Amino acid sequence: MIIGQIKDGIVLDHITAGRGMEIYNILGLDKLDCTVAMIKNADSEKMGKKDIIKIAQTMDLDLDILGYIDPGITVNIICDGKRAKREKLRLPQTIKDIICCKNPRCITSCEQELEQEFRLVNEETQTYRCVYCDSEVSRG
Amino acid sequence: MRNLIDIMELSTTEIDELIAVAQDIIANPDKYREACKYKKLATLFFEPSTRTRLSFETAMLDLGGKVIGFSDAKSSSSSKGESVADTVTVVGCYADIIAMRHPKEGAPLVATRHAGIPVINAGDGGHNHPTQTLADLLTIWREKGHFDNLTIGLCGDLKFGRTVHSLMAAMSRYKGVKFVLISPDELKVPEYVIRDYVTPNGIEYKEVRSLDEVMGELDVLYMTRVQQERFFNEADYLRLRDTYILTPEKMKNAKDDCIVMHPLPRVNEISVKVDEDPRACYFKQVKNGKFMRMALILKLLEVEV
Repeated sequence: MIIGQIKDGIVLDHITAGRGMEIYNILGLDKLDCTVAMIKNADSEKMGKKDIIKIAQTMDLDLDILGYIDPGITVNIICDGKRAKREKLRLPQTIKDIICCKNPRCITSCEQELEQEFRLVNEETQTYRCVYCDSEVSRG
Repeated sequence: MRNLIDIMELSTTEIDELIAVAQDIIANPDKYREACKYKKLATLFFEPSTRTRLSFETAMLDLGGKVIGFSDAKSSSSSKGESVADTVTVVGCYADIIAMRHPKEGAPLVATRHAGIPVINAGDGGHNHPTQTLADLLTIWREKGHFDNLTIGLCGDLKFGRTVHSLMAAMSRYKGVKFVLISPDELKVPEYVIRDYVTPNGIEYKEVRSLDEVMGELDVLYMTRVQQERFFNEADYLRLRDTYILTPEKMKNAKDDCIVMHPLPRVNEISVKVDEDPRACYFKQVKNGKFMRMALILKLLEVEV
């Protein structure tokens, strides 16, 4: 399968195979008018299989959301057909309004306009802790 | 501006300073009688807690300050659906410092972001209760004279007992401390308390089910109540309620200088006959709680005496 290079835009590489559509939806890529390519299960030397998303325009990306969903992603910014910038994502230290606390005793359970805020406590197990009630959520 | 939401926000040096001030208040109460004159404490108790509220209010009155507030959510605007943020924003216009109890975990943290005045967490659900820990620490200090090298037995509901978690966190910072955790399997200390505080500090601990087998090892025995409000299932509560009851017979096996503590209120986990034992310190904890709250109010209001 051949998918052409983009002149100006963004390539999200090294997406864990199977998570591409989740990222496509969260970034709202369906609302863009430009060309967007979503490649599933591409061969990868490092990962075996991976997903790739190519977006034929530049846009502001929330790297915290991306880093939380899939910290292994590489973000490539393409200008004039060349890679102008390459950013390797990491798990963000703090995430806001990305996940919800499930503790029924947490203040966020009854005051729904409060910002849902979690802090990274263990990078290895990808564990975040609610800043209000200390309940933990693991992605690992 | 400082607040106190979690006991671990205070360094061991700050705890030493609070203890020194509390000891000075006990020795020279007259010196502090007008320390907070013209200052107002707002006690915002969204759930009833007579003991803690009275302790805070007496602490402020003994510092010469005044007290405003409510003792039940029904008598506050939260019963009309007002948010914590709005309530404390309003109260921040009237008072100089807030002591807040709330059934929802994290509510006092929300308050710190809106009040514009210092906020003290007076208990948020099963989460934190730092001023109870301050009372516990002053009691241990006054009775034992040190924190290092103590073997501390914690008995009863170690799963839902927030005072247990905070005391373990605070005491894990002292050298040579050992914990003996006495509970049924269903009410063991949560794994995160061990992982976050006990293990990183190299503190020795063991978990046992029988109080009798460890009684003679303990310098401090911290009893807790199995709290009905923490259970979703009444059958589980009734089954575990009477698991550990401290009696004068059991006290015969304790060291002569072992102290017995309890955050109160008790139900039946300590026989009233133990009250006469000079090693029973739970009513001293109540007094010590007031003195530590006085010291804390002075610190957060930055009042020098």
